[in-house]
Amino acid sequence: MTLPAYNFAYLDEQTKRMIRRAILKGIAIPGYQVPFASREMPMPYGWGTGGVQVTAAILGPDDVLKVIDQGADDTTNAVSIRAFFAKTANVATTTKTADATIIQTRHRIPEERLQAHQTLVFQVPIPEPLRFLEPRETETRVMHGLEEYGLVHVKLYEDIAQHGHIATTYAYPVKVEGRYVMDPSPIPKFDNPKLDRSPALQLFGAGREKRIYALPPFTQVTSLDFEDHPFTVQTFNRPCALCNATGVYMDEVVTDDRGGRMFVCSDTDHCETRQAEGHAGPGLPQLGEHASSEQETTR
Amino acid sequence: MTDPILSVRGLEKRYGAFVGCTDVSFDVWPGEVVAIVGESGSGKTTLLNCISGRLERSAGEIRYRMRDGRFPDLADLSEAERRFLMRTDWGFVHQNPADGLRMRVSAGANVGERLMAVGERHYGEIRRTAGDWLSRVEIAAERIDDQPIAFSGGMRQRLQIARNLVTHPRLIFMDEPTGGLDVSVQARVLDLLRGLVTDLSLAVVIVTHDLAVARLLSQRMIVMKGGHIVEAGLTDRVLDDPHHAYTQLLVASIPES
Amino acid sequence: MYVAVKGGEAAIEKAHRLLADRRRGDRSVPALSLDQIAGQLSLAVDRVMAEGSLYDPELAAMAVRQSRGDLIEAIFLIRAYRTTLPRFGATRPVETGAMRIERRVSATYKDIPGGQLLGPTFDYTHRLIDPDMAGDHPVEPGARRDVSGDVAGDAAYPRVTDILNGEGLIEPDVASDAEPGDLTRDPTGFPAGRDLRLQALARGDEGFLLSLGYSTQRGYGRTHPFVGEVRIGLVDLEIDLPELGFAVAIGAIRVTECQMVSQFKGGGEDGPRFTRGYGLVFGQSERKAMSMSLVDRALRADEFDENRAAPAQDEEFVLSHCDNVEATGFVEHLKLPHYVDFQAELDLLRMLRREHAAASSETARQEAAE
Repeated sequence: MTLPAYNFAYLDEQTKRMIRRAILKGIAIPGYQVPFASREMPMPYGWGTGGVQVTAAILGPDDVLKVIDQGADDTTNAVSIRAFFAKTANVATTTKTADATIIQTRHRIPEERLQAHQTLVFQVPIPEPLRFLEPRETETRVMHGLEEYGLVHVKLYEDIAQHGHIATTYAYPVKVEGRYVMDPSPIPKFDNPKLDRSPALQLFGAGREKRIYALPPFTQVTSLDFEDHPFTVQTFNRPCALCNATGVYMDEVVTDDRGGRMFVCSDTDHCETRQAEGHAGPGLPQLGEHASSEQETTR
Repeated sequence: MTDPILSVRGLEKRYGAFVGCTDVSFDVWPGEVVAIVGESGSGKTTLLNCISGRLERSAGEIRYRMRDGRFPDLADLSEAERRFLMRTDWGFVHQNPADGLRMRVSAGANVGERLMAVGERHYGEIRRTAGDWLSRVEIAAERIDDQPIAFSGGMRQRLQIARNLVTHPRLIFMDEPTGGLDVSVQARVLDLLRGLVTDLSLAVVIVTHDLAVARLLSQRMIVMKGGHIVEAGLTDRVLDDPHHAYTQLLVASIPES
Repeated sequence: MYVAVKGGEAAIEKAHRLLADRRRGDRSVPALSLDQIAGQLSLAVDRVMAEGSLYDPELAAMAVRQSRGDLIEAIFLIRAYRTTLPRFGATRPVETGAMRIERRVSATYKDIPGGQLLGPTFDYTHRLIDPDMAGDHPVEPGARRDVSGDVAGDAAYPRVTDILNGEGLIEPDVASDAEPGDLTRDPTGFPAGRDLRLQALARGDEGFLLSLGYSTQRGYGRTHPFVGEVRIGLVDLEIDLPELGFAVAIGAIRVTECQMVSQFKGGGEDGPRFTRGYGLVFGQSERKAMSMSLVDRALRADEFDENRAAPAQDEEFVLSHCDNVEATGFVEHLKLPHYVDFQAELDLLRMLRREHAAASSETARQEAAE
């Protein structure tokens, strides 16, 4: 038995063309979920098969690829996907946001503002923002088609009635160019403002659910809210323990079993770059000092 | 008199070889309540579902007077226009409130949903309007955040009515709105309905097997049997002086009120 | 001390080395050969081929070995390989009427032309663990029936459903020249149509379909089924060669077919007749073929104007959840890090608790003041 030699970036060229057509359609109709014939990939569904197919379809030999998961380059699944493309496409890889031409991500948008020559590829588990309000695809497609989005606000209304706040903290729904309601993938809502009018092309791939959608550069992306309960993002009221950065998304790191916590940048490249530039944070918290609490501010 | 708001001509609905209703023609004028009565299997619910766009007709015309004065056949409207009508200009009150409510969503959001669907984006305003409507249907203000699952049958029905009326529709369809309620509760809901219909000068098409409900609410009534209209006229006339033998039988079978 | 999760690459490498070690197990025990797996665990191999939707016993045996016997993992390996294969063409529809029968039973007739053939079945074995299985005892060769008198083709083993159809008692299988869809090459939309449904069921998870089929028997979408016939055996694959102008046989595969004779329906011109549920699976798997035919019939509810309320009747539900490779991926992805989103939830929860505490103490203060 002879085992096959795989094509550049694994997928055959026919499949890539099919995916590119879906991407182009997605770019032409920002925020619209384009069905595509998702292939079975050599990694499990739910582990980035959509993002990997999109990346494979747009990747060229000269591209420089960065892969992050939770903002970090060294999380195991990011390592695994980066290794997959290094092996099947032999492309250069990087952890530097500024150096990458394609960034595949799960759950974060890098802190550093992306540039016009860059493409951000999101891995998406459930592309349908209405899915948990209406489980049927046949219904949700009609709702999108007829722009029937009242139900999304019913959910937000219920949050406020029950908790006093909109209780969605990630995968926070957005409206694209005043038309399609879109799931931005499970990024924290902290990252939502970065979607808006980004100079970079943003592509979203959902392998298991077989959908691709896109935000062309400089697309208007608005997070849904009420006039009297405007969209807000998380803020952390202390700087990164390692690089002293503020205004960034933090990981809370448990340092002991007595309530010790410290907060560090979720974006590892951002943090390391700042440390290399000489920034230093306060380091470990003193024993007994408790985690600060966060507050919300309007953006 | 003004023009009719709804006009039905030669309506027919077949299920394969079986005829649900046929040769149905009538008009509804603004502010008028028309009752469709008949026993189960007479085709009255089929008729209601056809004219409210919930069931595809087999033949005939159904025209509706839009707010801009146009009078198109519903079949000529796009799906988007039809759905917009359904959530703004029309209401539909189901016999079982669970069919018309979101049972696991608060009463406030149930009433507010239509407002949000047409673009209302001020939480406080939506909540205030929902509160007003709850009080109009006699639901206590402090129940605004409770889910209908915790409501009694009568309250659920009143909530369903409020949910339908919040966008100030001009035409309401009702399918046995008191059919699932205890007799003691029926009277209160009927009383409420009668008041609202008058205050808001709603046009209503109500399906009921209960002639007492028809007498209380409607100005005109249509009697159906075997998918056909057998008699139509002013409610008092039909009930007090039924012409058709079937209507006479129906009227005779209810106790004098 | 804070340790960043560094060295993911090294960790992965070491994990994979350990996996290979555990897979091989005790080195003093000879490694499993593919022949052993394909020959002695053939039903496992059949399942991998069926749900991997690739007929290649040797490759399936490799996958079973590579996956340490985790069949869904093996199916996944086969699928990921299958998707890279070029398509040369499609075979003609297989003629199961001309199957070289290894087993064939009908529950609807006591005897049928060609006879009932039990074949290699677990049925009627007493499920007692056999001490012989601990060793390698000699096994007698199976008794073979004489097939020299068999007439090739439909005449020898007519399908039970064809017999019923001869009397007009069952809905006919209508031949169609329409090109069937391809689940693996086109995005699925709903309603999907029976061609795509059958494709999805044929590669759907055996356990999921078994439970769904079972649920229809317990009243969640009853179909009043009778096994018209289950048959297992070899069928020839033929492919049209345009250059030659005729079809040539390119090989044979083993399949299991189930024709479920189900609830009669109708009126109209044709009068009432039985309806069909259909199952066809690579290899020997009656359980899967029967379950598939139950679910196929249940999914035809709309076609027969049946009330569609049970899970097995819900096309979108069944098709969206029957694929075990999709399901296992998404369930297992929950073990990937989610700490960014979890952090966002923590923040919100802390704020809500703070507000709750503030509100409670305010209430307590007021009550104390009264």
